[in-house]
Amino acid sequence: MAFEQVLQYILSGVTNGSIYAIVAIGFNIVYNTTGIINFAQGEFLMLGGMTAISLSQFMPLPLAILFAVIITSLAGAMIDFVFIRRLRNPSVLMMIIVTIGLSIVIREMALHIWDEKVRSLPYFTGSEVTSISILGAYISPQVLWVLGVCGLMVLLLGLFFRYTATGRSMRACSSNKTAAGLCGINTGNMVTISFMLSAAMGALAGCVISPITQTQYDSGTSLAIKGFTVAILGGMGNSTGAVVGGLLIGMLESFSISVLPMAYKDAISLAILILILFIRPSGLFGSREESALKEF
Amino acid sequence: MDAGRYIPVLILAAAVAAVQLFTLATGSEYYLTQLTMSAYYALVIIGLCTLMGYAGQISLGHAGFFAIGGYTVSVMTTYDFSGFSGSAVMGLLGTLGLASASGGELHLSPWVSLAAALVITVAVAFIIGIPILKLKGHYLAMASLGFGLIIYRIVLGTRIFGEADGISDVPGFAIAGGLRVSGSPELRIQNYYIAWTLVIIGTVMLINLVKSRAGRALRSIHGSEEAAMAMGVNASRYKLYVFVISAVFASLAGAFMAHLNGGIGPSEADVMKSVKYVAIVAAGGMANLWGALTMGVLLNYISLRGYLGSYDDAFFGAILIAIMLFAPEGLINPAVMKTAAVRARSLIDSIKKKTGRGGHAS
Repeated sequence: MAFEQVLQYILSGVTNGSIYAIVAIGFNIVYNTTGIINFAQGEFLMLGGMTAISLSQFMPLPLAILFAVIITSLAGAMIDFVFIRRLRNPSVLMMIIVTIGLSIVIREMALHIWDEKVRSLPYFTGSEVTSISILGAYISPQVLWVLGVCGLMVLLLGLFFRYTATGRSMRACSSNKTAAGLCGINTGNMVTISFMLSAAMGALAGCVISPITQTQYDSGTSLAIKGFTVAILGGMGNSTGAVVGGLLIGMLESFSISVLPMAYKDAISLAILILILFIRPSGLFGSREESALKEF
Repeated sequence: MDAGRYIPVLILAAAVAAVQLFTLATGSEYYLTQLTMSAYYALVIIGLCTLMGYAGQISLGHAGFFAIGGYTVSVMTTYDFSGFSGSAVMGLLGTLGLASASGGELHLSPWVSLAAALVITVAVAFIIGIPILKLKGHYLAMASLGFGLIIYRIVLGTRIFGEADGISDVPGFAIAGGLRVSGSPELRIQNYYIAWTLVIIGTVMLINLVKSRAGRALRSIHGSEEAAMAMGVNASRYKLYVFVISAVFASLAGAFMAHLNGGIGPSEADVMKSVKYVAIVAAGGMANLWGALTMGVLLNYISLRGYLGSYDDAFFGAILIAIMLFAPEGLINPAVMKTAAVRARSLIDSIKKKTGRGGHAS
C-alpha cells in the first residue's frame, strides 16, 4: 500500500472514529449518574439533527443548533419525568426494556413528523467538496469540527464532573444512590439533569455529524450501537477512553474495507464489541475492580 | 405424576379446532393463513419466554436464530447440487431417497435441510451461548443484540442469501403422505393444523421442562445466581441448555415459515423482530408460558392482519414501555387478575353502599 493510501485510510478512520467517540460520550453521562445504559441515546442524536435541520430554514445555523440542543435536552428531561421516575424499584432488565421501548417510539414519532427522507445540515465551513490536504491525503473541514467539539466536550465534562458541586453529586449517585441521598443529594433530580445533559450532548453531536453522515429518522440506532461499542472499549464512563476507543474502532473499520467487502463493515465492529465483552468487559481504560462492583 | 398440568393443553387443542370449525362455518378461512403464521411466531416466543422468564436471561438476538433456520432451509432446498452429483455423500443421500434429480438439477430433500438447519443452530447457539451467558444485564442485552445484528448484516450482504431480496421459490415440505407445508391456499387447513400441532408439542415439552428439576434450578438462577450455585446448581450449564433449546425453537419456526411462505427475506433477521419477541414475552408476564403463548398469537395476529398500519413498530415500542410502567408482571397474570377482581368487587360494593344510603335518605 502506498503511503498516501495508508494515510487516506487513517484519515477516513479518524472521521468515523470521531463520530463514534462523540456518540459514546453521551452514553457515559447517563451511565456515570445512574449506572444504566440508555438505549435511546442514538435517538437524541437523530432528534437534535432533525430539529436543527428544520429550524435552520428559519434562522441562522448557530441559532438553529442552539435551539435544537435546548429542545432535545427538554425532551430528555421529559423522558425521565414521565417514564424513568415512574418505575417502581426498577431492575436492570426493566430499564433495558423501557429504554429500548422509548427508542422505538421516538424513532417512529420522527418517522411520522419528518417522513423517511434523508436530510442534512449544511457544512459548517465550506461545502462538501472543500477539503484540506494533509501530506497528500484529504480530509473534510467538518471532521475537524467534529474532533474539536469532541475534544471540547471531553474537557468540559471532565471539569464539570470533577469540580462542580452538581457534577460531584451526580458521580456520588452513581457509586451509591442510598448514601448519596443520605448526604442530602436529591438523587431524582440528578438523574433528570444527567438525562438532560446527555440529550443536549447527543443533540450537539447529531448536529455536528449531520453534514457527514446525513440524518434520517432511523439513523440513531446504528450510531448508538457503534457508540456503545466504543464506550465499552474505552471503559464505561471514561470520556477520554471513549475518544481513544472511537479512533481505534474507526481505524479498524476503514482498514477492514481494504480486505473485506464493504457490506461487512458493520459486522466487523459488532464482532469487536462481542469480543471485548467476552475478554475484557471493563474496557481498555476501566478498572476491573470498579466494574466488578457494578450491578450487571 | 399429576395430569392437571395437561388440562390447559387440552383446552388449547379444543380452541384450535373450534377456531378452524368457526372459520369453516362462516366461510372466512382466509383468517387461517395469519393464524398459521402467528403459531410459528408463537413457537419462537414460548422458547424465548423460557429463557427470559424462567432462566432470567434476556436475548435481543432471537430473530437471528429464526433467520438461521429459515435461511439454511431456503438455501439448501433451492440450491442446485448437480455439481456434486459424483460425490459419495450425494450418492448416499440419493439412495436413501433424500435427494432428487429433475430437469438436470439435483435438489436435496427438505428433511436434509431441516436437519442441517437444526445442527447449525445448535452449534451456533453453543458457540455463542458459552461466552454470552457469562455476561449479565446491559452487557448480555448488548452482546445478544450484536449477535442478531451480525446475522442481519451477513444475510443482507452475502450473495448466496439473496442480499436485500432474500430467497424465493422455496419448495413445499412434504412431511408424510399428503401432508405438505406450503403456501398454496387449498392446503390452508392442514397447514393450520401442522403449525398448531408443533406449538402444542412445544408447549408440552416446555411445561414439562419448567415443572421438572431443571425448571426449579432455572428459577433459582433467576432469583439469585450466587445462591443457586451455593446450593449446588450448575448455573452456567442450565442457562446454556435453555439458550440452546430456545434457539432451536426459533430456528424450527424459521424453517417451517420459509416453507410456508415459499421464501425468506432479510426483514426476518431484523433487530426490530427480536425486540418484538421480547415485547410479547413481557406482555405475557415473563415467567408465564400460557401468557406468552396467548399474547404471542394475539399480538402477532393483530400485526400480521395489518390492523396497525404504519404504527406497527410504534405499537410494540409502546407496549414495552406501558408493560414496564403499569404491569411489570405482565397482562396475563393470575395475581393481577385476582387483585383486579378484588378491586372490582370492592368498587361494586361501595357503589351499592352509596346507592343504598341514597335510597335511605330519600
